[in-house]
Amino acid sequence: MNMTCRALLGATVSLTLAGAAMAETTITVATVNNGDMIRMQSLMDGFYAKHPDIKVDWVTLEENVLRQKVTTDIATKGGQFDVMTIGTYEAPIWGKQGWLVNLNDLPAEYDVDDLLPAIRGGLTVDGNLIAAPFYGESSMVMYRTDLMEKAGLTMPEAPSWAFIKEAAEKMTDKSAEVYGICLRGKAGWGENMAFLTAMSNSFGAKWFDMDWKPQFDQQPWKDTLNFYLDLMTNYGPPGASNNGFNENLALFQQGKCGMWIDATVAASFVTNAKESTVADKVGFALAPDNGLGKRGNWLWAWNLAIPAGTQKEDAAKAFVAWATSKEYLAEVAAKEGWANVPPGTRSSLYANPEYQKVPFAKMTLESINAADPTHPTVDEVPYVGVQFVAIPEFQGLGTMVGQLFSAALAGSSTADAALAQAQAITTQEMTRAGYIK
Amino acid sequence: MARKTTPAKTAVVTIAAWTIGFLIFFPILWIIILSFKTEGDAIKSPLQVLTSGWTLHSYAEVQTRSNYALHFWNSVILSLGSTVLALVIAIPAAWAMAFVPGKRTKDLLMWMLSTKMMPAVGVLVPMYLLFRDFGLLDSRIGLVVVLTLINLPIVIWMLYTYFKEIPGEILEAARMDGAGLKSEILYVLTPMAVPGIASTLLLNIILAWNEAFWTLQLTTKNAAPLTQFIASYSSPEGLFYAKLSAASTMAIAPILILGWFSQKQLVRGLTFGAVK
Repeated sequence: MNMTCRALLGATVSLTLAGAAMAETTITVATVNNGDMIRMQSLMDGFYAKHPDIKVDWVTLEENVLRQKVTTDIATKGGQFDVMTIGTYEAPIWGKQGWLVNLNDLPAEYDVDDLLPAIRGGLTVDGNLIAAPFYGESSMVMYRTDLMEKAGLTMPEAPSWAFIKEAAEKMTDKSAEVYGICLRGKAGWGENMAFLTAMSNSFGAKWFDMDWKPQFDQQPWKDTLNFYLDLMTNYGPPGASNNGFNENLALFQQGKCGMWIDATVAASFVTNAKESTVADKVGFALAPDNGLGKRGNWLWAWNLAIPAGTQKEDAAKAFVAWATSKEYLAEVAAKEGWANVPPGTRSSLYANPEYQKVPFAKMTLESINAADPTHPTVDEVPYVGVQFVAIPEFQGLGTMVGQLFSAALAGSSTADAALAQAQAITTQEMTRAGYIK
Repeated sequence: MARKTTPAKTAVVTIAAWTIGFLIFFPILWIIILSFKTEGDAIKSPLQVLTSGWTLHSYAEVQTRSNYALHFWNSVILSLGSTVLALVIAIPAAWAMAFVPGKRTKDLLMWMLSTKMMPAVGVLVPMYLLFRDFGLLDSRIGLVVVLTLINLPIVIWMLYTYFKEIPGEILEAARMDGAGLKSEILYVLTPMAVPGIASTLLLNIILAWNEAFWTLQLTTKNAAPLTQFIASYSSPEGLFYAKLSAASTMAIAPILILGWFSQKQLVRGLTFGAVK
């Protein structure tokens, strides 16, 4: 073999090896289409600079479509995704099934102890972190400061349900299409039942006792539903049984709601002067309580998880670590401003003096800290989850019960009839599923 | 004898027809209007929506966020591919049922149609497992086969109805002239059934274009058609009407234009054989 041939062969081998070393790994990330996730897709330069050998392909979908799709894929081990965006409802269920990769070995600079305890608790199964939180939210009271002043009231930082009722009554002016309170009424486990389950916690109610027996026939649930129906019938907007987050957001932004109790993420929408006519007249308070030690706020987080069995675990972990890191939060702040940083995941964010200037930062943190998914109710319960019960049957059950309560709000049923039916349906389903022996 | 029509009667019928037509088209018109509004304006009352300013902002945002061309191309391939494949299978099948029916032909036709009554989600998991094992997840070939199978009963039914209208004697004459089975179907039957085949083809393209269960469940990125493009623009938290309307307008525009230009053919085909 002459020198030229050897040189060519050597060069070819070197190039092949170099090519193999530099081979690009493409990971597919399934994500929900909320603003924070969309923003991340435009801020990928930081990740690519750090990991030039990893390419990220996005599959962005609406929440319900995404949920159905990733559930089918992970349950059948379809292997279509390397990273999935999942909620705090799925995380413990999938974690227990062994469907998710443990994230215990994230690098030290990730600083896992910086994650907010309430959020981290919801993502830990048997001591293992099974998903990393991308953003977290709770619920709180958003109210019109001008209408509150006009009513001669001052909103406490931690109001009671009795105060909310009094304020709703005084703020309501139906002739001017101003309604004292706007709450979710649209049926669904993530719609009206997210609100009503969280509200029921503050009334001392619970979905199940320690023997998984449904509790809709107990007084606390009657108190919850009657209070809610009374509030909405007298001081709520017309057609409230069709209202979810977006409908109430539109009403509040148009100045038609005195108070709105909903996700903390709404704070950035109602204070955005480009979309809201009341942007400079909004105040925030903790979700109400009844003096029983639990507030009526929920806890939710969108998290990044890696399905067990992915062939690209290392690349997927590198992405998850970057997307949920302090470094990413700083990058968003630098490029888009502190108000656009994904909230509710890290203690260090709330310790940052710059972030503390964001008007809703303090209340968001306090609301998240006020929720405890492992001890959601006044009495002890056998389940995890504040506004849901983390069992696979809950999606169906929650929606069925939500339809009954929505019908009661629409006036086509009564509170007692709705509760009796809820008790019957839930007992039947839980017996069929083997929870009740 | 032709019925007498007065100008007043004609005017009433015309106005009624236009009103019904407008009511049917109104949701699409409203989507198009909303697509030219800001998110803030899109949620206002109808009168405020109409009087507010117009903008292309939603279209720009949708273009930036999504790869429309890829989704569009996938929709074209899936709808055309499944339609052609369905016709290749359905024409001989409909020929057999129309011209050489057996004792159980009617039962067979009813059984085929009954498969359309099963909710798709009932076979989601077995289908997903089959696709996984054959490596067909997120592939155009797999989806073409699925869409073909979904629409095959309707295609066979429609073609069967058209073929039944054609006198069997003509085919008999062709056979006497020495035409084989292939020639009989290709050169005698098919040209005579062109309006019926054309309308079946158009209807199948529309059905495949709009199919939004399997195309969402079995694709991720490479084979994802316009249904997935639309599915990424609604949101339970946050305003989305304008962006969703822009995405919807972009998704329905091609099929709307196709339907517009071929409406004569479509109506002729659909009413073919309705009056004897």
